[in-house]
Amino acid sequence: MRTCAESFDGLILRALGRDFGDRLLPRGLDITFCDQVFLIASGMIWNVYFAVLAVAAGFVLATALALSMGSRLKWLRKLAGGFVFLFRGSPLFIQFFFVYEALVLLPKSGIEIFGLTIDTAWTTRAWAGALFVLLLNTSAYSAAIFHGALQSIPRGDIEAADAYGMSGWTRFHRITWPTMLRLAWPSYTNEAIFLFHATTLVFFSAFPAFQQSGDALYYARYFADQTFNPFVAYPIIAAYFILATLGGIMLFGVINRRLNRHLPKEVRPKLRIRPQFIR
Amino acid sequence: MACYLTTETHLAMYRSVLVVLALLALVAPLALGLGFMGALAVRSHNPLLSGPGKVYVSMVRGVPDIIFFLFVPLAIDQGLEYLMHQIRCPDWSEPIRKGNDFVVCAAAKVPLASSAAWVHSLYGFMLAVIAFALVFGAFAANTLHGAMTAVPRGQMETAEAYGMSRGQAFRRIMLPQMWVYALPGLSNLWMILTKSTPLLFLLGVQDLVFWARELGGQKTGLFAYPHPDWRVWYFLGVLIFYLTLTWASQKVFDRLMVRVTLGQATAGGDAQRKAMA
Repeated sequence: MRTCAESFDGLILRALGRDFGDRLLPRGLDITFCDQVFLIASGMIWNVYFAVLAVAAGFVLATALALSMGSRLKWLRKLAGGFVFLFRGSPLFIQFFFVYEALVLLPKSGIEIFGLTIDTAWTTRAWAGALFVLLLNTSAYSAAIFHGALQSIPRGDIEAADAYGMSGWTRFHRITWPTMLRLAWPSYTNEAIFLFHATTLVFFSAFPAFQQSGDALYYARYFADQTFNPFVAYPIIAAYFILATLGGIMLFGVINRRLNRHLPKEVRPKLRIRPQFIR
Repeated sequence: MACYLTTETHLAMYRSVLVVLALLALVAPLALGLGFMGALAVRSHNPLLSGPGKVYVSMVRGVPDIIFFLFVPLAIDQGLEYLMHQIRCPDWSEPIRKGNDFVVCAAAKVPLASSAAWVHSLYGFMLAVIAFALVFGAFAANTLHGAMTAVPRGQMETAEAYGMSRGQAFRRIMLPQMWVYALPGLSNLWMILTKSTPLLFLLGVQDLVFWARELGGQKTGLFAYPHPDWRVWYFLGVLIFYLTLTWASQKVFDRLMVRVTLGQATAGGDAQRKAMA
């Protein structure tokens, strides 16, 4: 039996690869409680990585998509609407499979463009491929939210901006965009939490885990299979997710307060959190 | 081409569509029933009912539900085997958890090792149904509870003024009116349910994803195929199947919304009245 400190040293960064800890995962009867706690914690690195990058990049793409959905150009509207329908209408699970299989078909030796060889092997790895799918997926869902918020911006706000002589970019970044964010923020918080929970699907769909470095659920299932006891590993990962979700809610709450800082305290909209839906 | 698409294994793939639809058909009413009971329990004045109701509803939130899909079937399986073990083999002296093994006597295996293959797959399917119903029941409870509180307070007060009992007021006033408030949430839930059916694959049920992987691959556990890697095309087919399913459900729900809005004191109901007048 190894001590907790040994488990911590060997496993806390193991999810990054076998160079960052023990080469082999603990197996069978060697598994201690501390092993489970620390290895699942190390898996959370990947969940947080996917969630943070996908939400951050998805935010930009979603804003662009939402604006395209309300655009005066018909083809742009159709294009953005089709994108959103495609990603909201199909299961994320299938999207993972589809994109993975499509990426696998890329030539292994790389693509030659103008004499330059572009390497393609990295695209089938989870850190890139799955991040790409999650990014597109969250953009589609957030775009729908932002589009709804753009539609419900009070007419008076726009009229006031016009009266001040604002137009174009000035009106957008001083009036339209902040109001859109203010209206969309509670739903957007939920969306970010869904996405965080959806990161658990990455290593359960197409993307294989190299050198046994996976996310928290990958390790939780590994332990449940090894010990044939689901009553330890799954509650541990559940606790981690609840804690991380609460952290995320606090962060988004801070931004929400900042967005609404001009309003008197009583009328500030509160975040109503109803997380936890799969796609 | 037509010949290739009607091989025995492809027919099995088409049958797996029925598995997905059967799951939806079973889970939807079960989850709605569980949700209804959950919502009633949360509303109850009896703390013995409202306590567990609240725990049930909030339990499923905050944790990715895939964890429940992995946990619940295994937990139920082990729980059943433990119970059967206690009943059928009372004089078994060895401990059930031996190191990392979960050992019960042969007579307590669920299903029995001697039963036919279809019993095993049916058992696996039923475990999946229970897991789905539990998770989506909690979501439905949340939605229905919200819908019940959204029925205008005045309606219930009027019912009380007419001397109706709590039960009568619930059946005659709240029940017919709550659906207009519940339907947007429930339709959302249905979409989420249809979109989570591929997770059946994780539970070992031979669903569409399973067959898409089997048939598209060059070499799989079952056969080696002469064609190159066609999985991407099979998954494109699955993708289109799900897109059609969600698109069709959206149409049905739009119709249904028109029906339940009829004569309601909501913005939608007012718009309908104006259109008719």
